[in-house]
Amino acid sequence: MSDVLAITEHRRGDLRDVSFELVTAGADLVGDTGGDLHLAVIGGDVDGFAEALSLDGVDTIHTVSEGDEFNHDVYVQAITALYEELDPTYILAGNTVNGLDYAPAVAEALDLPLVTDAVGLQNDGTLEVTREMYASKVESTVEVDADRAVVTIRPSEWDAAEAAGEPAVEAFDFTLDESRVRSRVTGFEEVGGGDVDISEADVLVSVGRGIEEEENIELVQNLADALGATLSSSRPIVDNGWLPKDRQVGQSGKVVTPKVYLAVGISGAVQHVAGMKGAETIIAINTDPDAPIFDIADYGIVGDLFDVVPELIERFE
Amino acid sequence: MKVLVTVKEVAEVEEDFQLDGLRVAEQYLDYDLNEWDEYAVEAAVQIAEENDDVEVVSATIGPERSEETIRMALAKGVDRAVRVWDDALDDVDLLDVGAKTRLLSAVVEEEDPDLVLTGVQANDDSFGATGVSLASAIDFEWAAVVNDLDLDVDGAVANVRRELEGGVEELTEVDLPAVLTIQTGINEPRYASLRGIRQAQSKEIKPMTLSDLGLDGSAVESDLVLTDVYEPETESDATYFEGDAGTQAAELATVLREKGVGSQ
Ligand SMILES: Cc1cc2nc3c(=O)[nH]c(=O)nc-3n(C[C@H](O)[C@H](O)[C@H](O)COP(=O)(O)OP(=O)(O)OC[C@H]3O[C@@H](n4cnc5c(N)ncnc54)[C@H](O)[C@@H]3O)c2cc1C
Repeated sequence: MSDVLAITEHRRGDLRDVSFELVTAGADLVGDTGGDLHLAVIGGDVDGFAEALSLDGVDTIHTVSEGDEFNHDVYVQAITALYEELDPTYILAGNTVNGLDYAPAVAEALDLPLVTDAVGLQNDGTLEVTREMYASKVESTVEVDADRAVVTIRPSEWDAAEAAGEPAVEAFDFTLDESRVRSRVTGFEEVGGGDVDISEADVLVSVGRGIEEEENIELVQNLADALGATLSSSRPIVDNGWLPKDRQVGQSGKVVTPKVYLAVGISGAVQHVAGMKGAETIIAINTDPDAPIFDIADYGIVGDLFDVVPELIERFE
Repeated sequence: MKVLVTVKEVAEVEEDFQLDGLRVAEQYLDYDLNEWDEYAVEAAVQIAEENDDVEVVSATIGPERSEETIRMALAKGVDRAVRVWDDALDDVDLLDVGAKTRLLSAVVEEEDPDLVLTGVQANDDSFGATGVSLASAIDFEWAAVVNDLDLDVDGAVANVRRELEGGVEELTEVDLPAVLTIQTGINEPRYASLRGIRQAQSKEIKPMTLSDLGLDGSAVESDLVLTDVYEPETESDATYFEGDAGTQAAELATVLREKGVGSQ
């Protein structure tokens, strides 16, 4: 029998999608072991969130009314207290920026093994976790040789649970040790502004680290101009200061859904794909036939961008 | 003040490679300093430049080979380094977060830093968890995925921005001592100067074994077992344009025009 405690996530008044994906992953993990799926809702509008999370497969939702927004000190205390109370086999969390801000501390505090960024889970008595390594070039299976574990799941890998259910909702009796809260969130800021809104563009030419040098940005800018497209990029291009932050596509940049997304020298890391997988048509130019970007591409050119792009520009001039 | 910055030499896999058991065969691996750690090193060196009496020490877990990479951090201004390795680590397929935490905690005990900087993640196994796990183990406060750092040494507070998803940044005050995991783009990592490279040759990289750290083999044991490593099957159902670059470009141009691109 495996009981699962899944920790839901919210920000600025809204539950995040991963919360619903955690329900699916948690219900799978409990499977037919006869165990229970518990959800924790910590902070914010806990009653509203609990209602939205009253889904099929969930047995009990534990609410902890403490603060409006995420604070890892509060989360670690609340989750360790819930763990002591419920004694679950697995704690599941999202492999999100906030998930990675508390899950490792929870695992350490409870002396449990931690597996992050799971893309698959299999539980036949022993938990087996599928993970990616080396920028998705290699996949691995990690077996958990322990009775209990903390696992974080990659966002968008599991479907969001939708079917309504009737879990019990219980306010968890918990007293915060304020002296152990040693960080304070003072605000949020939306980055961006800038002159171009890439999320409005119909056609994006997007450039990645394959471009090698700042001088070469001109080449893809010329392509974008020839196609009447807007230029966007992966993160390293922005980190290097070659294009402004508002051109970045991905998890920490913009989410774009153009009609055509032409990825030039972009490998297709999960954090990049999070921002562009909704494009209608995805085209990739990459020298590496195994680059993950081809997994989601509709059209592909395995080739050197420095050969292909000039030829392409010529055909639109 | 002392800043400890953890660094890791990571392997990048070449385009074509073969597996050898649970590892990528050695000849297909290229080693380099982990991308995120470059930014952590730069952040640490900047703190030393902006404040008086700051010593920057790098800690790494890695075999002798990694010294070459660690020297790059020394060449950029890190004062000295500690390199943890032990025969017991030679055969470990998966050094999990718990094991890394135990080793680095022992280094922290030895060095007694006021601030620890790590990268958000290492580009090889990408657990993305060591910094926060370490903070919990050594009872430091922490913040993960920091893309802006303003240190108030006298007030014993780090004012940071955490880069959340969707272009949102969280502004947070973190009490010191703390562990901060550093995100790419927080600064512009410098190139090592020739002088720096020369000086790095005489800087100390202190090797430490488990017993030097007061640990034994159990410190690197793990409840996680790597049981399989494989090349993922491609999920691609893309239509590929073959031929030379001209032919490929011509076919792509046709598809683009069909979709109304470039036809204004
Ligand atoms: C918390 C967090 C948030 C992140 N957020 C984002 C985000 O919002 N957006 C984002 O993009 N990334 C993000 N990342 C980074 C992400 O993990 C990757 O590091 C990044 O997306 C890689 O960018 P890239 O594909 O341009 O570079 P690489 O992965 O280095 O890929 C370069 C590609 O170019 C190809 N190439 C090289 N030369 C040529 C040539 N001559 N012709 C054609 N192809 C060539 C190579 O085969 C390779 O596939 C984030 C990471 C973290 C940890």
